[in-house]
Amino acid sequence: MILRLAERAAVLVISLAVASVLVFGFMAVLPGDPARVALGVNASDEAVAALRQQFGLDRPLTTQYFDWLGGLLHGDFGTSYVSKVAIGPQVADRFQVTLWLVVVGMVVALVLAAPAGTVMAARHRRLSGLALSALSQLGVAIPAFLAGILLIMVFAVKLGWLPANGWTPPASDPGMFLKQLILPALSLGLVQGAVLTRYVRSAVLDVLREDYLRTARAKGLRPFPALWRHGLRNAAVPVVTVLGLQLATLLIGAVVVERVFVIPGLGSLLLDGVSNRDLLLVQDVVMVLVVAVLVVNFLVDLLYVALDPRLRVAR
Amino acid sequence: MKSYSTRAIALFGAAVLAASAAACSAGSGTSSGSSPGGDQSLTVGLVAEPASLDFTTTDGAAIPQALLGNVYNGLVKQDEAGKIVPDLAKSWTVSPDRKTYTFELVDNAKFTNGAAFTAADAVFSINRVKTAWTTSLKSAMDVVSSAKAVSPTQLQVTLSTPSNGWLFRMTTRVGAMFSQTGIDKLATDPVGTGPYKFGSWKRGDSIVLQRNDAYWGTKPFFNQVTLKYFKDPTALNNALLTGTINLISTVQAPEALTQFTSNSKYQVIEGTTNGEVVLSFNNSRPVFKNLAVRQAIRQAIDHKALLDTCFAGRGKLIGSMVPPTDPWYEDLTGVAPYDKAKATAALKAVAGTTLRLRLPTLPYATSCGQVVKSQLEQVGLKVTIDQLEFPAAWLTTVFKNADYDMSIIAHVEPRDLGAVFNAKYYTRYDDPTLVGLLAAADSGDEAAQTDNMKKAARRISEQAAADWLFLLPNLMVADKNLTGLPTNAITESFDLTRLARS
Repeated sequence: MILRLAERAAVLVISLAVASVLVFGFMAVLPGDPARVALGVNASDEAVAALRQQFGLDRPLTTQYFDWLGGLLHGDFGTSYVSKVAIGPQVADRFQVTLWLVVVGMVVALVLAAPAGTVMAARHRRLSGLALSALSQLGVAIPAFLAGILLIMVFAVKLGWLPANGWTPPASDPGMFLKQLILPALSLGLVQGAVLTRYVRSAVLDVLREDYLRTARAKGLRPFPALWRHGLRNAAVPVVTVLGLQLATLLIGAVVVERVFVIPGLGSLLLDGVSNRDLLLVQDVVMVLVVAVLVVNFLVDLLYVALDPRLRVAR
Repeated sequence: MKSYSTRAIALFGAAVLAASAAACSAGSGTSSGSSPGGDQSLTVGLVAEPASLDFTTTDGAAIPQALLGNVYNGLVKQDEAGKIVPDLAKSWTVSPDRKTYTFELVDNAKFTNGAAFTAADAVFSINRVKTAWTTSLKSAMDVVSSAKAVSPTQLQVTLSTPSNGWLFRMTTRVGAMFSQTGIDKLATDPVGTGPYKFGSWKRGDSIVLQRNDAYWGTKPFFNQVTLKYFKDPTALNNALLTGTINLISTVQAPEALTQFTSNSKYQVIEGTTNGEVVLSFNNSRPVFKNLAVRQAIRQAIDHKALLDTCFAGRGKLIGSMVPPTDPWYEDLTGVAPYDKAKATAALKAVAGTTLRLRLPTLPYATSCGQVVKSQLEQVGLKVTIDQLEFPAAWLTTVFKNADYDMSIIAHVEPRDLGAVFNAKYYTRYDDPTLVGLLAAADSGDEAAQTDNMKKAARRISEQAAADWLFLLPNLMVADKNLTGLPTNAITESFDLTRLARS
């Protein structure tokens, strides 16, 4: 078990290092000089050169890379080329917003997928199972932004029940926070939930075919109690793995949903950075997203071990 | 003239849509009741959020749109008819040699940091453009040789050569008046003499302005105005439909207007802007050195049909580089009327020539480009379309290196005829006659300026220095009871002071 942990940790560190080089490298070769964009199209070459020096863009790329990485490790994200404001606090602010969105979206997805997937598996030859199956197929086909637009059209514009956009921090007005969170979290959660449902279904189906479940049924347990007591823990293992992988998709979905619902999260910060050619900001945000995905996958690995005792045996 | 050729040109990009949103005091909109409306507040939906609040070091249209005229005052501003009128300067005189301007300043203006506004602040602000500003707009002040405070309320500015362009530029952000003791935190805490003071900024969301109760002029109606920023046009429309905002400053997609025109809860305002959508020619290419070819290309384009197809028929056909709000505007659409047969005949010699139409990835350029291509192919030319990512790829390839035959982009800067049509610009239009007319316009008196600018506009139209597809409309949608909305959007600022609720 210790060995396995160490192995996973090493993979995490190497992945992070490789990712940082890639992120930095892509930004470095991107067209569009941030200094020129900040100064406007017709700025003199001297002014641009001066600003490049001020940003440290005239130094060798390796120096820039290690300065950037060193800063990140110390929690210093640098100063934006465009707004000249420290990036760290902005990223922290926006990260909280996106975290709410992703976490609540994930909860919605799970709350939908776990029962729906189980029912689909347990009744996979009945009408109810097939109907749910068709419904989830539809959900898989709809992208999160379209779901968002549809939800807005119905619940905000037509019915007027919920706001179409905006964001209020939970501390300043919890009621408004919830109202504004519902639609974006739903549009993320519905789509993710539909995808997840199919994994739950096949995991539960696999478990249903296992000998121990047949034994449980033979002892006289009805199908759902048998599943509940003996099957779900086993079915959870593959689902948790998928959940970890899905997190990346969910983050990307959040970027798009933030735009549709005008939510000031990491996604909108990233888009602003791209359109302003604020390369350092983009670099930082992308790196934060990469770290989030890799760390969650690492944690999922750990959870996986916790759920399945067989994996604890050292190989 | 010098200032024209070196100035930054506002291009109608993704963010530049906001520039056309820069609704000004101009317009024959309904009158503002102007008696302050107690604690009423207003939320305005805008397109491009500023990256910083300091327009002395950060370029872009979003900062002056929010702050100029609202938080900052200038000495002068533009009125509804496009005329230069008093702001912090009550009046001014120009010396006979047109080089010395003497301004009489108001004596009761105060900055929001408590300091009184005096001529010394004006001198400080004008000189600071030359020393501390880093954006290319600073060159507007190059022509100033000295500024001095004669008394606390009298300011004298001397130019090195006569320039009408200078006083006009003083109505833009370059003319904003700063406090000598209030420039430490321009990026986050602007200090001005305006009717509103900066309240707060939720990055990625909104900026809040509060009524300045110590304002020296007529106090505005709304106690608080929230400027809320939307990247997505659909989200902007939905925000108005659900009551999150009261006003859309610029409608991005004219096709989407029907949902408002058919609803009695809203009013739609349509006027003009400074945004000329130009089909530019690279005049240094051999094929475009031929006047007959350039003229025939203009005649080959059915502008009315084009406007209907790619901008839902909203917008105005102008035929040259002058919007109707400039004093020297003339309708020049008759210079090169649509005539397919004539164009085909004139292009016989060069029929089959392939022209490279390099378009920025902006919705209006992409859709109008298709129409231009099909119309030019009907008169015997071959047109290939390249999409160039905007801004970076387009700016490098077309704007900086002039590696193109034709392009389409909206030029939204006011009075930009001379800036766009010169040999150094990406149009590569080298015309001594035009240079002479523009110089005479800049140095002459008001009548000479108007006369020469008219000639200049006719000159580029007759010479077919480019084709002018249409003028972007000012399209706003607002709650029915909102008054004081400007019809035309021709300045850099979104003037909140005339808005009221009936």
